[in-house]
Amino acid sequence: MKVLTANRLTDGIAVWWCETDGWIETILGAKPAASKDEEAALEAVGTEAGRTNFAVDINLIDVNVVEGVPVPVRIRERIRAAGPTNRTDLGKQAEGKLPPQAAPTPFITPANA
Amino acid sequence: MYRYDEFDQAFVNARVAEFSDQVQRRLSGELTEDQFKPLRLMNGVYLQLHAYMLRVAIPYGTLSSRQLRMLAHIARKYDKGYGHFTTRQNIQYNWPALADMPACLADLASVEMHAIQTSGNCIRNVTADHFAGAAADEVADPRPYAEILRQWSSVHPEFSYLPRKFKIAVTGAERDRAAIQVHDIGLHLKKNEAGELGFAVYVGGGQGRTPMIAKKIKDFLPEEHLLSYTTAIMRVYNLHGRRDNKYKARIKILVHETGTAELSAQIEQEWLAIKDGELKLPQSDIQAIDRYFALPDLPARPEGDEAIKLARLDSRDFGTWVDQNVITHKHPDYACVTISLKGIGEAPGDASDAQMNLVADIAERYAFDEIRVSHEQNLILPHVARADLKAVYDRLVEGQLHTANAGLITDIIACPGLDYCALANARSIPVAQEISDRFADPVRQQEIGELKLKISGCINACGHHHVGHIGILGVEKKGTELYQITLGGSGDEVTSIGEIVGRGFAPEEITDAVETVVDTYLGLRLDKSEKFLDAYRRVGAAPFKEALYGSDAKAA
Ligand code: SF4
Repeated sequence: MKVLTANRLTDGIAVWWCETDGWIETILGAKPAASKDEEAALEAVGTEAGRTNFAVDINLIDVNVVEGVPVPVRIRERIRAAGPTNRTDLGKQAEGKLPPQAAPTPFITPANA
Repeated sequence: MYRYDEFDQAFVNARVAEFSDQVQRRLSGELTEDQFKPLRLMNGVYLQLHAYMLRVAIPYGTLSSRQLRMLAHIARKYDKGYGHFTTRQNIQYNWPALADMPACLADLASVEMHAIQTSGNCIRNVTADHFAGAAADEVADPRPYAEILRQWSSVHPEFSYLPRKFKIAVTGAERDRAAIQVHDIGLHLKKNEAGELGFAVYVGGGQGRTPMIAKKIKDFLPEEHLLSYTTAIMRVYNLHGRRDNKYKARIKILVHETGTAELSAQIEQEWLAIKDGELKLPQSDIQAIDRYFALPDLPARPEGDEAIKLARLDSRDFGTWVDQNVITHKHPDYACVTISLKGIGEAPGDASDAQMNLVADIAERYAFDEIRVSHEQNLILPHVARADLKAVYDRLVEGQLHTANAGLITDIIACPGLDYCALANARSIPVAQEISDRFADPVRQQEIGELKLKISGCINACGHHHVGHIGILGVEKKGTELYQITLGGSGDEVTSIGEIVGRGFAPEEITDAVETVVDTYLGLRLDKSEKFLDAYRRVGAAPFKEALYGSDAKAA
C-alpha cells in the first residue's frame, strides 16, 4: 500500500496527504491507497501540489498498516516520519506527531543498552 | 586572517540580493522547482529528509570569533540551536526554512561569509591543514595559496559547469593533515634546494564509489605558476572528463582511463601555452595575500612549562587533555589546541550555539581571535600560550568541550547518514555514538592508542571511511541497515585505501565487531608503540578476518 508524501516548499518540512485534512505534518492521518485507482488519485494530488508550488520532492511511498497506522516499509521513510533518531528531542517525534508504531528501530545493541 | 576587500564584499552582497530575489520568485511560483533547484544548490541549499539544509563555506577552515558567533546566531535564530561541522571544514544547518534563507545569507555576508560553491559541479571550498600557520613542522603556511585559489575559482566562468564537483586541498608540512592524496588536486607546499617555495602536485585522488589515491604529476611547481598550472589541469579535465556517466565523471576516472603519463603530458602542453601569461602570480600579489595570514604578534610567555607542571599536579584530567589534545607550536611558548567535538556518546561534529559562543569567547580571550575547523570535525585553537592552557581547559569544561580524545578511537568521523541525509542508505551517527560509548573508558582508549575510525552512511564516503584505519560503510540490504568494515585505510602522507574484510554486520553486531578488531590488534601488536595501522600493515587482514568470521573467514 502507498501513501503520498512530500516536503513543504516554504520550510522543507515533511508532510503527508490526508484525505480529510489535506497536507498534514504527521504520517498518522495519511490514508493508504488500497487500489490502483486510489494510487492514481494520490498521484494526481501530488502533481497538483507540485504545480501549485505547495510542495517539492513528492513521492508515493510503501507502507504497511499496523494497528490502523501507516508504517513506512523503508527505514528511510520511518526516520523521515520521526526525525533524527539521535535527537529524539527534535522533529515529529518531539512534537507529538509520530504514532509509536511508526517509530524507526532504535539503534541500540544489547551490550550497550 | 583574510579580510574581504571592497570587491569581495560587493560580490557577496550582490549574490545575497540575487538569491533573495530567486527565493522570492520561487515562493511566488514564478520559478518552478526544476528551474530553482540548480540556483539553490549554487547557494548551498539542499533538501534533506526532514527539511532544507544550508551548507556554509568556511574557507580552508579558518574562522574569527566574530564569525563563529555569527554561526551560533544562525543556529539559534534560523535552526534548532546547533550546527554540524563537516569533513570539508564547512558547517551545515539541518532545519532552516527556505523563506528564511535570504536573511540567513545576509547575516552571513555581514561577517564575510557565504554559501557559494558549497554544492554543484564547480570548484568547492579549498581545504587546508587545520594547524596551518602554527604547526612546528610546516615549511610555510598553505592558506595564502588556498585563498589565491579561492579568489580565482569563485564563479570562475570557465569552471562553473565542470563534469562533476572538484575538490582541492593544500598542506604545508610533510606530515599530511589535509588528506591531499584523496582530493581531485592535492598540493603539498614545500621548498626546493634553493629555498624557493613551490608545490608537489597530485591529481586524481578521491573517495566515493571508486576510491583512488592521487598520482603525483609534478615534483616541484614554482609558486608563481599555481594558477596557470591549476588552470591547465582544469582545462584538460573540463574537456575530456566524462559527462555521460555521473559515476565516472570525476577527474580520478579520467586519470585512470587516460593514464598518468599521457594525462600529465596533456596538462603540460596546455600549461606551456599559458604559463607565462596573465595567470603567472607576481611576487607582490603573493606577498599581499601572505600578509593577511601573518602569525599574530606572540609575546614571550616563558612561564608556560611551570604553569603546566603545577596544573598537572592539581588535575590529572588536565594532564591527560594536554597530552592528547595539544600539539607543538612553532613558537616554543605556544601550543595548538584541539577542541574535541566528539564528547562520549555525542554526534561527531555537532556543536550547540552555546558551545560555539563559548569557543568564540575563549578564542578572543586566549587565542588571538582565531579558530579552525578540522576535516576531522573538531575545532582548533591554533595559537594558545602554554601558560594559558589551564585557563582554556577550565573554560572548555564549562561547555563540555574538554574530551581528551584527539586521534583516539572515540574521535570518530561520521557523516550525517540516514538520520538527516536524503542520499543515505544507513545511519552513521548512532553507530559512532554506540562505539564511543563502548570505548568510553579513557584508560582503555589510551591503551589502544592512535586509531582513526571513520563512518559513512553511503558510498559517497563523506565520512571518509575508505581512509579510516577502521572504516565503516553503511549499506541497505533487504530493507535493513548493514555495516561493512574496511581496515588499513589512511589519509596521511602514506595514503592507503582500506580493504573490505568480509560480509557486513547488522546494527546490533557492528560495535561488537569493532571491539573484536580492536582486541585482535591489542593481542598481536609487538608492543604498545606499534600503532593499529602499523600492526595492520605488518600482519595484513588475515588475523582480523579470522577473529571476525572464524572458520567462515576464507569464504568471506
Ligand atoms: S556519505 Fe552518503 S549518507 Fe553520508 S552524508 Fe555523504 S551522501 Fe549522505
